[in-house]
This record gives sequence, C-alpha cells and structure tokens, in this order.
Amino acid sequence: MTTNNQPASAKGVTLGLASNAPSHSLGYDAWQRLIRNKASVTGMIIIALFALVAIFAPVLAPHNPIEIISGQKYLPPVWVEDYNGKAGQKENLLGTDTLGRDVLSRLIYGARVSMVVGLVPTSIIVIVGVIVGMIAGYTGGRVDNLLMRLTDVVYAFPDLLFFIIVMVSLRDTFLGQLLNGALLLFAALAIVSWVGVARLIRGQVLSLKEKEFVEAARCIGAKDLHIMFKHILPNSLGPLIVSIAFLIPGAIITEAILGYLGLGLRPSSNPNDVFITSWGSLLLDGQGAINAQPYLLLAPAICVALVVLAFTFLGDGLRDALDPRMRGTQ
Amino acid sequence: MAAYIVKRLLWLIPVLLVVSVITFILMHNTPGGPWDRNLEARQVDKNTQALLNEYYGLNKPLWRQYVAYVIGDWDKEGKFVWGLVAGNMGPSYRQRGRTVQDILFDPPKGKNSWESRWGYSARLGLFSLGIAIFVGIPIGIFAALGQNTWRDYLGLFIATGGISVPSFVMGIILIIVFGSWLGWINIVTKEWDKIGVWIVPALVLGFNTTAYTARLTRSSMLEVMRQDYVRTARAKGLAERVVIFIHMLKNAMIPVVTILGPALAGLVTGSFIIETMFGFPGLGRAYITAISQRDYSMILGTTIFYAILVALANLSVDLVYALIDPRIKLHD
Repeated sequence: MTTNNQPASAKGVTLGLASNAPSHSLGYDAWQRLIRNKASVTGMIIIALFALVAIFAPVLAPHNPIEIISGQKYLPPVWVEDYNGKAGQKENLLGTDTLGRDVLSRLIYGARVSMVVGLVPTSIIVIVGVIVGMIAGYTGGRVDNLLMRLTDVVYAFPDLLFFIIVMVSLRDTFLGQLLNGALLLFAALAIVSWVGVARLIRGQVLSLKEKEFVEAARCIGAKDLHIMFKHILPNSLGPLIVSIAFLIPGAIITEAILGYLGLGLRPSSNPNDVFITSWGSLLLDGQGAINAQPYLLLAPAICVALVVLAFTFLGDGLRDALDPRMRGTQ
Repeated sequence: MAAYIVKRLLWLIPVLLVVSVITFILMHNTPGGPWDRNLEARQVDKNTQALLNEYYGLNKPLWRQYVAYVIGDWDKEGKFVWGLVAGNMGPSYRQRGRTVQDILFDPPKGKNSWESRWGYSARLGLFSLGIAIFVGIPIGIFAALGQNTWRDYLGLFIATGGISVPSFVMGIILIIVFGSWLGWINIVTKEWDKIGVWIVPALVLGFNTTAYTARLTRSSMLEVMRQDYVRTARAKGLAERVVIFIHMLKNAMIPVVTILGPALAGLVTGSFIIETMFGFPGLGRAYITAISQRDYSMILGTTIFYAILVALANLSVDLVYALIDPRIKLHD
C-alpha cells in the first residue's frame, strides 16, 4: 500500500496546489486510521500482552507448570469456595488441576503454543500463497490453470477432517515427535490454508497487471520479477494484511479444537521443553473434570475466546484502515 | 448454465479421487488397525486377525485395496462386487454385518429415515440454520434501524462477539453455566427424541452463523436505506412499516440469501466437535469414533461424503451469485 506512483517532485514541491496538503504515505494514513479505532487498539494491546506472557512465561509463571503439588488436587480459584468446603489458596490463583498442577502457570505456558501456532504456519501460508498466486496470476495460461486446479482440490478437502486424519496418522512418526508434535500441526495447517492466500493474490494480480503503472514499468524495460514484487505485490498488501489478521485466529482455534479432541500436542513432562502444554490440551484436561472443577475448562476457554476476539477486532480495524471504502460493509 | 454445471460436476471426479487417495494413504499409515482393542481389553487372537484380514481383503497390496474400494473386486464366489462408483461404501470393520452406507443413511429398525446418523446431523444443521435466520436477521434489522444508537452498538457487539468466539468455546461456556452451575440443561442426555434437548446444541452450532447473518443484514440494510427508492417510498407517504418490510428488507436480503447455502453445508459438516461435546448421535461423532477405531471403510466413506457436500455447497454459492447478479459471468 505504500507505493506512490507519482514522481516525488510532483508532491507539494513544484505544484502550488498540492503544497497545503500534508504529504503522507498511504501506510501512514492507514496507521493513523487504525490507532483512532478503539476496538482495534484494544485488540492490539491484548495481543501484545499475550505475546509478552508467551515470551516471558518462565519468569511470569508462579509455579513450575508440571510440578505436582501433592494433596492439592482440584483446588478452585482463589475467590471460590466450592460445595465441598474446599477454598482457593493464594499460592494457586486459578486453582490446581486434576493432578495438582498450578492452572495459572499452565495457562501461561499454553499461551506460547497459541502464539506460535498463530505465527509460524501463517508465515509459511503467506510465503507459499503469495508465490503461487503471483505466478498463477502473472503467467496466466496453462500454469494458471494447473495451479488453480490444485487449489480446487485442496479447497474441496474438508479442513477439519484433514487435520484430524493427518494428526492421527502421523502422530507417531518422526515428524510427529518433533517439538511434541508442534511441527506436524504447523505443516497440516499450512497445507490447508495457503489456498485462500493464493486465490486472493491471484485475483489481485489479475486486476493489477492491466493497470497503467504496470504497463509503464514494462515500457521502461522492467523485468517480470521486478514488476511482480516491486509494483504488484505492494499494491495487493492491503487485502493480504487483512487476510493474515484472520488466518492467525483461525490457526489458534484449530489448535484448540484438535487439542480438545485429544489430537493436539502431546503432553510434556520435561521442564526444558518449549511447548509444555497448550490451551487445547488444557481444554481436554478440563473436559474430564467438568463436574468436579468447571474452572479447569472455563479458564482456557476464556483465553482462547479473548485472543481470537482481539485478532478479530484488529482485523476489522485493519480492513477499515487499509480500504476506507469498505468501511462497515462486511 | 447447464454446461457450466455439468463441467463443475465432472470436475468433482478428480477432486474426489485425490481426496480419497490422500485419506486412504494416511489412514493405512496410521499405527494400529481395525482389529486392535483397548489395551485393557482382551485382544483379538492373531489367527482370527489373519482370517479377518483375509476375509476383508486387508492382506492384499494397498493399490489393490484402493481399486477394490473405489471400483470393486471379485468376492470369494467369483462374483464382482461394485465399490464406491456404485454407491457401495464398503463393509464396516467394527459394526459387523453392516455397510458404511447402512450406518450413515439407514435408520434403526422401525424408525423414520431422519433417525439415521446423517438424518440427525442434517436436522441439527437445519435447526441451527433456522436459528441463524430467525434470530440473526431481526438483530441485524434492529441494529440498522437505530444506526449509531445504543441499539446499533448492542447489535454490533453481539454480532462481533458471536463471529469471533469459536462455537465450541461458546459451547463449553454454555455447558458450564447452564449445565453445571444453574442445572437448567442435562449435559449427558440420551433422549434425542425430545425437541428441548436439541436447543442448546443447535444454538451452539449456529452461533457463528447467527452472528454473521446479523452483521450482514445490518450492513446490507444500511446500504439499502440510503437508496433513492426508499426515499421515494417515504416521500409518497407510505407507512414506515411498509417501507421497512416491503421496500428495504426485500432488497437487503439478497446478500443474506447467498450465504445461507454454504452456511448450511458448513453447519452440517462443521459439527464434529459439537456432536462430540454433547454426545449427539450424528455423522460427526460417528466419524471421530471411526477414526479412533481405525474403521478404514467408514473413515474413507464419510470423508468422501463430506467432500461431496462441501463441493456441492461451493457450487451452489457460485450458482446463487450468478442467479442474483446477472453481471457475474460463469466460466471456469
């Protein structure tokens, strides 16, 4: 969105007419619109908080997330006294789980997985999607046809079915063991979701490649690669950024669903692991104890909802900011 | 138009082939097999397993099994048994004596056909869609008519929250609040013939669609409100009620109608987790069970059935768009 196809000298310097208007790049304008939007600022703050929690989990967690405090199972949160007369304790703000592990610490470590699940597959998706979409849209013809048929096939595969089958069948292979299965999850997410980005970019390229500025670039002898990545890509960044803002929560939800079905990351008992537990796994633990201690289920559920809500707020704000004409239409 | 539909339907064949090959390879790579039992339970005897494999053709090379599943194979007596191409989804390895299509589409003896697995899922989907229409659209209208007032903000808040909070998270919260704390609903019910117990699963499943419908109705109403013909209708002195329901709503519904088809497919296929959560006797739960039991033909048959549903839903979106907006041309 930042490309300005006018020569720099035409802006405010030589033309008296334009000199009164402040010359801002489109990116700057969009940023201004974004930070005036209260909902998206709230979203950004929540996301930043969760990101910090994820990074500094070892410092912030009050307990070791896998340490079992003997005799302290099923403790309710500190503000609750349940019908058995068990009261929450100050040491375990959100209580303890079925084995006697501190819930708050586990939630804090779980944020790591969600943040990484949001970011890593999304980066792969964007890189693959942009390259495929670019090539398909720009080259056209047979290559385009082939690539788009490929996306059709991926598109037809019911997402969740694919995730479930992949996670079940490859869990015990070498790939499934790496990083407690996180790598496999990333791969599965990426394989399914690049299609949407590829289609989006292809559509953008198709409409942009007939525009005058591309023609002009071609006239002065610009190479294809140069045109693709210096002229067309920057002009399709807006929709791409918005779609990224919705891909991330999608990945987080998928992890939670798979974890809830018992197909997410494997539980870890090694304190040196980066991914000790995830919100999805916590949901599964909580489901088993739904009658005994509903807070075990409620706490990760609220965390997932909060993060996803934050990303939606940000995504909506980004859409309004990057394309003011679309405001309120979706 | 007809040529386009035929072309799209033909295109379904390679898509289904790829989907089935991938599923087939993945599930046969999965450790364990259909004859394994829980670690605590008594295991199926090795010789019996060999006999079962022989009987179901599981000892043949994989490609042969795949061809047998899709096209067909000769049975013991040398009679050719058609496979998937003739609608035969194969015998279930776990529910002996029943074929997959029996399990999915045939009701228990003496019951109506909507009492089948698929019937349950389809009804739950329709029920959710009904909720989306009869709750979502009024919320959208209510918000749009009070643009920039508390009504609008309330409606937008419900809609945005409803879109972002994943339905299964909402389900968890509802189960805890209404099931555990207030005790209003029975979480582990088996009496699915009573309509009351359907409400909560249907609400949860249709939660996102309801919110999306509300949001779409609102924005579409806002756009229609500014049109000249609405002003004309008001200017000639029509009652506000008539203007809203006859002039505005009719046109504002076009974008809403277009999402309902794919929404229904999404509701019917997207109910794995909701069905598992509520113990609902539908297709989604059968699928999850089949996967954990390594019931190969059941997994493959259900996956293909879902893929067909998704593909038909995608096709219906394109068709509905073309019907509503003649400017959209259908090709490739």
